[in-house]
Amino acid sequence: MAYSDKVLDHYNKPRNVGSLDKAKSTVGTGVVGAPECGDVMKLQIEIEGDRIVDAKFKTFGCGSAIASSSLATEWVKGKTLDEALEIRNTQIVQELSLPPVKIHCSVLAEDAIKAAIADVKTKRESDLKKESA
Amino acid sequence: MKLPIYMDYQATTPVDPRVLDAMLPYFKGEFGNAASRSHPFGWQAEKAVDTAREEIASLIGASPKEIVFTSGSTEAINLAMKGVADMYGAKGKHIVTCESEHKAVLDTAKHLEKEGFEVTYLAPDITGRVTAEAVAEALREDTILVALMWANNEVGTLNPVREIGALCRERGVLFFTDATQAVGKIPVDVEADNIDMLCLSAHKIYGPKGVGCLYVRRRKPRVRLVAQMDGGGHERGMRSGTLNVPGIAGLGKACAICEEELTEEMEREIRLRDLLEEKVTSRLDHVHFNGNREHRLPGCLNLSFPYVEGESLLMGISDVAVSSGSACTSASLEPSHVLRAMAVGDELAHSSIRFGIGRNTTEEEIEHCANQVVEVVKRLRELSPLYEMVLEGIDLSTVNWAGGH
Ligand SMILES: Cc1ncc(COP(=O)(O)O)c(C=O)c1O
Ligand code: FES
Repeated sequence: MAYSDKVLDHYNKPRNVGSLDKAKSTVGTGVVGAPECGDVMKLQIEIEGDRIVDAKFKTFGCGSAIASSSLATEWVKGKTLDEALEIRNTQIVQELSLPPVKIHCSVLAEDAIKAAIADVKTKRESDLKKESA
Repeated sequence: MKLPIYMDYQATTPVDPRVLDAMLPYFKGEFGNAASRSHPFGWQAEKAVDTAREEIASLIGASPKEIVFTSGSTEAINLAMKGVADMYGAKGKHIVTCESEHKAVLDTAKHLEKEGFEVTYLAPDITGRVTAEAVAEALREDTILVALMWANNEVGTLNPVREIGALCRERGVLFFTDATQAVGKIPVDVEADNIDMLCLSAHKIYGPKGVGCLYVRRRKPRVRLVAQMDGGGHERGMRSGTLNVPGIAGLGKACAICEEELTEEMEREIRLRDLLEEKVTSRLDHVHFNGNREHRLPGCLNLSFPYVEGESLLMGISDVAVSSGSACTSASLEPSHVLRAMAVGDELAHSSIRFGIGRNTTEEEIEHCANQVVEVVKRLRELSPLYEMVLEGIDLSTVNWAGGH
């Protein structure tokens, strides 16, 4: 299969590879996929207030999955949580020119963003409860 | 060294220049139809076909009259299995094969199931091998055919063909072996190995694509087949259609070369194969060998690199043409059915790479391949959330994975 230049670029120079401290209350972690399926994506965000100030990823998956998650970290940085929730897998497909068989790699990236946001929101709510208690 | 390096010799092989030279005359002046009996053009073509028949028969220990030319192994497999089913179906309706066979065998078996045959699909052991004992247990009163490959195309494991053949002979069941990956790579002798039918394909042994043959035993026992192609009654009625004379001449020459160079080439490929494994495993942790250490093809090495997905690995080792057992790419999202059947685990299947070593492989290529594999696996493991978890001491089998597909 031929890869688009953008997929190759992210694959060869993945952005924001790494991990954030998942114990931190301002860090949200999303892990989606399963090893038996050949893809596991971990995407993490760090927030200040409502804004995402940092993002990191690690991905076990095909080149398109790696590129999708790398792109996702670039896109979420600087956005508010609500803005980040607006990111759709179809935008990733378009940006990376993914072929139809690779659409699920982009879906995984969207799911990972959502999971990371949900995680940080849950943490924030339980913090608020603790404070008010 | 020319890049990219070809290391996918189980998929296909380049045509040997000596083979090409043997073919060219039959594209040019000697273009006759081997069935034309009335002029020299036909006679020349017939002579070329006869010579090829002898060369092929000699390589596998058969008689030239037992060779039926086809368009390759897929067609030969269809002819053998459907031909036997049609001929002996009244005697019995049971067929034995294995889950790790090539799709051509599995899909033909499925087709026969639709026609009322019952098929037992044996599971290979974790090394990819089927034992004669397992076959013995599967045989029934109404078994008419055992179809088991000689060498597996993905992991290179060899089945105990001689023992299985002896068992079938004793029980009066016909034995067909798909020897597409074995012929020309290891010694094959249809007499000593108790084979009733065998297929081979030119493009796997440095011959042209689109030509192969089926060996059909003529004595003890005499195997009879119902033709699957109607027409002019070529190949003693078993396969109609004007013979592909240049292709057949090429197949013959390819067999002659394999026969002549077999022992030497086997030694060379084993050395290179083991060198590759050594160079990779000495520099990487967690590398898993797929296949059978003892019973294996000289030129095939299948390794899994856990925590790295096969397709991303292929993308990284762009200087080397290899293939992967991972199929997250295909519409099915299923990893290789062979590694599945061997029950190595889907995770290992998704991270497997098959390295094929052949006639043109050099030590320099092996070095380059090993270096690139090591570098890319290391880089992708840096990127792998699974490897990170393993380094943290997490047992991946205990993790509750949310939402796989
Ligand atoms: C074991 C095995 N059987 C059958 C085939 C099909 O051969 P052909 O390409 O000649 O139809 C192949 C090759 O793809 C093979 O490796
Ligand atoms: S992760 Fe399955 S094809 Fe990309």
